[in-house]
Amino acid sequence: MALLQIAEPGESAAPHEHRLAVGIDLGTTNTLVATVRSGMSVVLNDVQGRSLLPSVVAYAADGSVDVGYGAEARQSIDPKNTIVSVKRFMGRGRHDIAHIETLPYDFIDAEGMVKLKTIAGIKSPVEISAEILKTVRNRAEASLGGELTGAVITVPAYFDDAQRQATKDAARLAGINVLRLLNEPTAAAIAYGLDNSAEGIYAVFDLGGGTFDISILRLSKGVFEVMATGGDSALGGDDFDHRVFCWIIEQAKLAPLSLQDARRLQMRAREAKEQLSQHGQAPITVKLGSGEYVDLVLTTEVFTEISRTLVQKTIAPTKKALRDAGLTVADVRGVVMVGGSTRLPQIQHAVAELFKQEPLNNLDPEKVVALGAAIQANLLAGNRAAGDDWLLLDVIPLSLGLETMGGLVEKVIPRNSTIPIARAQEFTTFKDGQTAMSIQVVQGERELVSDCRSLARFELRGIPPMVAGAARIRVTFQVAADGLLSVTAREQTSGREARIEVKPAYGLSDDEIATMLKDSFSHAGDDAFRRALREAQVEAQRLIEATQSALEDDAALLSTLERAQIDAAMAQLQSAMVGDDRRAIDQAMQALSAATNEFAARRMNQSVQRALAGRKVDQLSL
Amino acid sequence: MTTFDLNFAADHFTLFGLPQVQALDQESLDNAFRAVQSRVHPDKHAHASEADQRLAMQWATRINEAYQTLKSPGRRARYLLQLLGHDARIESNTAMPAEFLMSQMELREAVEEARSAADEDALDAVRGRLLDEIKADYERLAGLIDVTRDLDAAADLVRQLMFQEKLLNEVDDALEAVTA
Repeated sequence: MALLQIAEPGESAAPHEHRLAVGIDLGTTNTLVATVRSGMSVVLNDVQGRSLLPSVVAYAADGSVDVGYGAEARQSIDPKNTIVSVKRFMGRGRHDIAHIETLPYDFIDAEGMVKLKTIAGIKSPVEISAEILKTVRNRAEASLGGELTGAVITVPAYFDDAQRQATKDAARLAGINVLRLLNEPTAAAIAYGLDNSAEGIYAVFDLGGGTFDISILRLSKGVFEVMATGGDSALGGDDFDHRVFCWIIEQAKLAPLSLQDARRLQMRAREAKEQLSQHGQAPITVKLGSGEYVDLVLTTEVFTEISRTLVQKTIAPTKKALRDAGLTVADVRGVVMVGGSTRLPQIQHAVAELFKQEPLNNLDPEKVVALGAAIQANLLAGNRAAGDDWLLLDVIPLSLGLETMGGLVEKVIPRNSTIPIARAQEFTTFKDGQTAMSIQVVQGERELVSDCRSLARFELRGIPPMVAGAARIRVTFQVAADGLLSVTAREQTSGREARIEVKPAYGLSDDEIATMLKDSFSHAGDDAFRRALREAQVEAQRLIEATQSALEDDAALLSTLERAQIDAAMAQLQSAMVGDDRRAIDQAMQALSAATNEFAARRMNQSVQRALAGRKVDQLSL
Repeated sequence: MTTFDLNFAADHFTLFGLPQVQALDQESLDNAFRAVQSRVHPDKHAHASEADQRLAMQWATRINEAYQTLKSPGRRARYLLQLLGHDARIESNTAMPAEFLMSQMELREAVEEARSAADEDALDAVRGRLLDEIKADYERLAGLIDVTRDLDAAADLVRQLMFQEKLLNEVDDALEAVTA
């Protein structure tokens, strides 16, 4: 519909009600939700005035779920059923998870992604994350006094397609309309860049609880262009805690620990690490279940020593990202620090040393991602004010490839390509009369399929039987603006086309999601039905208004017949709207969209022509 | 074979309203790219119907592809030679001046040595030298294509550049292996 609403640069769209949109930073350790209120991006607090929601989910035997501080308090009492850092399991198989043997959970190695056996049943990381998202959705709706139009959910820039899909599924499961996934460093760059009117090359160094991202961006005239990104989707504050935890065990010469003791020591390790940032040393005193005492002092020197290799693990990807961007440290104007773990003095030193400048710490590293996401959500929801017209150009973090003969990978889309991007590849049959072939899509930088992550394996069927080598099957890979992949295939000689959705390899099908959604709706009863109906009516109204306004502007682009078809489809939708049959509304909307497809394409072409016509370079504005 | 599955007929230069030259003004290109991408990008059409969003994505994809091709002088030259109907015979013609091959071999040996010695500084030095050479070649390309119209010589230089760019990738891989 918005294609039909092409506003001239600098001109604001027609005034309308303010739509409720939020940005959600779904973090490994904490989750935040923010919104734009009276032109200011603000974090929404809970009723006790706390901005952070610990990303902890506790399941109880009666099926009840506790999320946040309450759950956090339960982790040393019932570690098995209290899930912390679930983000580390998103889109991940058993063998992908570091230190899995030290985790207190009962993992089930489902295809593509682990599941966890809890007292309340088997839960996938998607379902567990959805509980966290539901909690912040409720917080936002209570605080804003209405239903959300949509949300921007942030993900680490270095997340692969499986991790992105899993995050989007979790949001859908939480009943959230995802306007877009947004890379965390890019979100931070929006908040920082708009706040400081920054121009030039900036690095965003984002070390969170469980993930590390480095993005190199060029900020110029309202365009946030990511030039390269790198990172490690399994490196964060948790790993520093783990080093301290291992040090405690070693120093105190502890025998194998109970789950409760292990969790207690892990929490203490984290507290000690945090104390060190302010004091030179941190006492660690813990009484174990056996009555035994641990009594140690962690000093800055010891911590620096045991965490040295972790700090080093952030430097190599940073150098690589700079090389990929074709830049050196001298080109970088500022380094924006994001994520709670960048508070560590060891990280601050290492970054300052590498970039030969003091990093920028003037935004709250824990909030900046959510604040940036809220700004983007506000824009996407259509609440734009004059001057709110920036553009985000992100990149794909890891190369996409295909399995070729012999288990090798052929790269189709190289890492750090600006998205959206599409590439097509031709295949042929290698046997006479072959009617099917199997294609495996992988993501990663290595040459062997077994070293990359398998995103999807799909079968192309119904190829007309021909002699070997005669069929021409063209497979197109499209990566959308938020990094999600879709694939289509077409047999060229017969023109037969198949659209293949790249289903996440962890096998959560649309049907499963629908069932889960139905389960969650069955509690809500009629509310869900009414809500869906109202949403459809609002959407329909918007579509009609947009079509009318487009017709007022550009009716000349249509023939009489085309115009009549659009008018008929519009009338159909208007009559469907008054009823309470959501399907009928959806169908009528689809029909109107189809009828205006060509019209929208012509208007788009005309708009592109206008963008270039008669311009002078120095007059170009966004 | 990798191609682009798009139906937009205009060539990349025309798309941005720019002249078909190798010595392209970077700022004009950047500005035209931003002006067009700001119109078509899916984020500007977040409310659109699915079909319209697909259209926006196709356009944004097309604009990105055109920009990335024109932005890199090497890719730009390859594309421009194609447009001018001059086949650079990149796959088939492998003849190279002996002098160039010698210097490539030298550089390659330097990379190998630095790699096995895990010498990051040496790799950085090779990288710097290579970047300087590539930059000088880019300038020569503009002269050959735009001024003297010596497309044969330009095609030869494009092929040499592809060697150098490949070597640069290898240096980057070596740096990654050494610093990891």
